[in-house]
Amino acid sequence: MARNRPEPVQVIKQRRDAALGALVHGVPYIQFLGITFERRGDELTAVLPFEEKLVGNPMLPAIHGGVTAAFLEVTSIITLSWGMIWEDVESGALTVETLAAGDLPRLPKTIDFTVDYLRSGLPRDAYARATISRAGRRYASVDVASWQDNRARPFAKATGHFVMPRRHG
Amino acid sequence: MTDKAVFARQFIEAIPHGRALGMVLTGIGDGTAEIAMPYDARLVGDPETGVIHGGAVSAVMDTCCGAAVMSHPMAPASTATIDLRIDYMRAARPGQTIVTRATCYHITRSVAFVRATAVDDDTETPVATASGAFTVEAR
Repeated sequence: MARNRPEPVQVIKQRRDAALGALVHGVPYIQFLGITFERRGDELTAVLPFEEKLVGNPMLPAIHGGVTAAFLEVTSIITLSWGMIWEDVESGALTVETLAAGDLPRLPKTIDFTVDYLRSGLPRDAYARATISRAGRRYASVDVASWQDNRARPFAKATGHFVMPRRHG
Repeated sequence: MTDKAVFARQFIEAIPHGRALGMVLTGIGDGTAEIAMPYDARLVGDPETGVIHGGAVSAVMDTCCGAAVMSHPMAPASTATIDLRIDYMRAARPGQTIVTRATCYHITRSVAFVRATAVDDDTETPVATASGAFTVEAR
């Protein structure tokens, strides 16, 4: 029996990028901070391009601690949401047309978020990756870290807890 | 207003990200600060409800805590956040200004301990609370 041919690579990429784009572009605050997401398979890296309006201490200058916290929280929420919709996007249960029309799943809600500031955020681009340490039906825990020049030397890390949205089924 | 309060106000108003978020210092005392952030559609985190993103609340909380440290009678030359925890009690109501109040309740030669609360028009039930530790930079 012949196996089903694998999907063409462009079809897969187009579907995944469209799903991620719909998730990210729907949130005004993500656009306000200028955060973008890069994808390798299901792995996401958040990018915060440096801008003058992100500065907290003009004397140093350094990125505002609140911007750092927001960047880490945005990365956590998008990574959680992405994990939540991934299977539905892959199976076709959630179509690109549905997502592009703005018909997105509800977002996780932050219960608490604790940021450790390890060193000052320099006036240059920052990157962040989040790992889901617990993904329950109702609650999730996320660890997230952000770096600039060296991935091994993060300038901030955080842990957050989230209430997951009710899902169909 | 004392020199320190004038300095604290100038310091807060010189922060580029504070201006970007529309933050206004509405009160400053000995180790206390109050900052207001008007509702702005650009700061929405959930497009379905129009609720402000938690990250924007974090930014105003962090600034307010820093201002409380700077206004403390021990008058540190500068301060930076060591850690900050935010608990989100409820969504801020769309259209309403968020007002944060912070108190630096203990300070040593090296560390300042701060608590803060954020409310909207309903001042009885907080939108969020925060607690954190800040550095104390010597003069």
